[in-house]
Amino acid sequence: MKTSVAPRRAAARTAARRGTLYGWLFMVPALIAYCAFVIYPLAMGVQYSFYRWNGVGPSEWVGLANYIRVFTDPTLLTSIGNAFVLIAFFTLIPLSAGLVLATLIRSMKPGFFSSASQTILFLPQIIPLAAAGIAWSWMYAQTGAVNQFLSAIGLGDLARPWLGDFQTALPAVGLIGSWVLTGLCTVLFLTGIGKIDQSLYEAVRLDGASWWREFITITIPGLRQEIAVLATLTVIAALSSFDIIYTTTLGGPGRSTLVPGISIFRIGFTQSEVGLASAFGIVLMILVLACVLPIQRLARVSNR
Amino acid sequence: MIVNRSEIVIGRIVLVVVLVLTVIPLVNMLSAALQPADVNPTGLSFPTDPQWINFVTAFEKGNVWRLMGSSLFIVVFVVPVSLVCATLAGYALGNLRIAGGRFLFIFLILGLTIPFEALIIPLYYEIQALGVLNTQWAVILPLIGLYMPFSVVWMRAHFIGVPQELSEAARVDGATRWQEFRSIQLPLARPALSALAILLFLWTWNQFLLPVVLISDPLNRTVAGALTFFQGQYSSSIPLLNAGALIIIVPTIVVFIIFQRQFIQALLQGAVKG
Repeated sequence: MKTSVAPRRAAARTAARRGTLYGWLFMVPALIAYCAFVIYPLAMGVQYSFYRWNGVGPSEWVGLANYIRVFTDPTLLTSIGNAFVLIAFFTLIPLSAGLVLATLIRSMKPGFFSSASQTILFLPQIIPLAAAGIAWSWMYAQTGAVNQFLSAIGLGDLARPWLGDFQTALPAVGLIGSWVLTGLCTVLFLTGIGKIDQSLYEAVRLDGASWWREFITITIPGLRQEIAVLATLTVIAALSSFDIIYTTTLGGPGRSTLVPGISIFRIGFTQSEVGLASAFGIVLMILVLACVLPIQRLARVSNR
Repeated sequence: MIVNRSEIVIGRIVLVVVLVLTVIPLVNMLSAALQPADVNPTGLSFPTDPQWINFVTAFEKGNVWRLMGSSLFIVVFVVPVSLVCATLAGYALGNLRIAGGRFLFIFLILGLTIPFEALIIPLYYEIQALGVLNTQWAVILPLIGLYMPFSVVWMRAHFIGVPQELSEAARVDGATRWQEFRSIQLPLARPALSALAILLFLWTWNQFLLPVVLISDPLNRTVAGALTFFQGQYSSSIPLLNAGALIIIVPTIVVFIIFQRQFIQALLQGAVKG
């Protein structure tokens, strides 16, 4: 480029225009992939959702009928309800446990023990969720470790096949999510606490503040960004859970652990009601957005 | 920091309890995997006569070599292609600040929160129309697209942090845009790229929904997707099922332990930026 010859500003303008030309060229591969496998299927999903179609034969326009079914069919409503129950296990438990653990561990000196424990806390994040499902199906089995432990401490009466019981299946599946996500929350909070100005802690301690006051007035506000990030991540994980349920209960017993992901899979590929499954997919996407956007907004407001 | 002794002790105890809870399900798998294959084991028990042979049986019966090969094939396409596309796009959005870039950025952000489940039905018919259903391409192609919004946002965040003066200085020195990109931007982007590579590797290797839906033969899936096949194959033998599942998760754990610092960094940054 002959930038040295032309006057500076004109050169800058040409450069900017060139940059834009190159830039759009650079964007092309990414945009093609994104449009082909995100935007196009999304548009097709919206289209399917207005039709009744079994995947092979002719399709029939049904207007909003599929959406009305999503919100009136008791089975589908149950799966949405279950997804919201899972938020308690995927979001509330890991976040609160992570906060408490991070505060307690904070005092630890860096060294082999602390880095080893970080590694271990991260293990559930590394293995496939499907493998976590298999590991826990075995923990929860009639002859599994959970019942073994209960008998050992004299609570043998409580023993049951946890995943096969209508009362306990959903919380049992939810706790697998807590197991997977607590480590991530703890480690992220630990790094967050590390960034909080230590003199703040010293100041409240000198004022004689209790452990609780310190937690509320310094730790929580200092971690609000991490809290928002983790809330977003874990809420998405809860609403769109699939792998764990698929490898443990497949939605059973009955529909006690049915979640939207499993419902969509069943309706679309087992019952071949493509329109209804697509409509449920769109509803799931909107549900996720409706939960995530307020969290993002809260984070932004409290940042000011 | 002012910390008293009792706090340190409590912290230690709590930490140890949590670590034990984290590890138990995995240790429990190992203990089951080492029991005799034809007897249903009871809970967590010390294997008095460890049956390491179970791993050999599970390895052969599960066609693990083929599964690993299939997973590797998928990863080898998804990760590099995503990296290249995301680097180019991230550079365009973050460094060149192209006209219309803001619009493109928001357009990509829209894709960040779409759960894969919401797209899986139309994706199935799209892949069918492309004629690659039941091949590894059925997973490779969509994953590149599905990971694209995150990857581009990630690389854009990196390029925005690189001072503009560097590019200007290079151009004043007569470097072409390509030279500048190659010898200044790419080396600087190395840490961001390797972290992204780790994340993409992990997500692809552990991907479950897409292979289960789009590839009917479990042996052509990712190893995670093939776990359902193991469940069917070994439904009668808890020791073999656990041995098979362990074989599948051990490689990731080994890779994780080798690169743990990079992994943890990448995952933490990934969480914050995602």
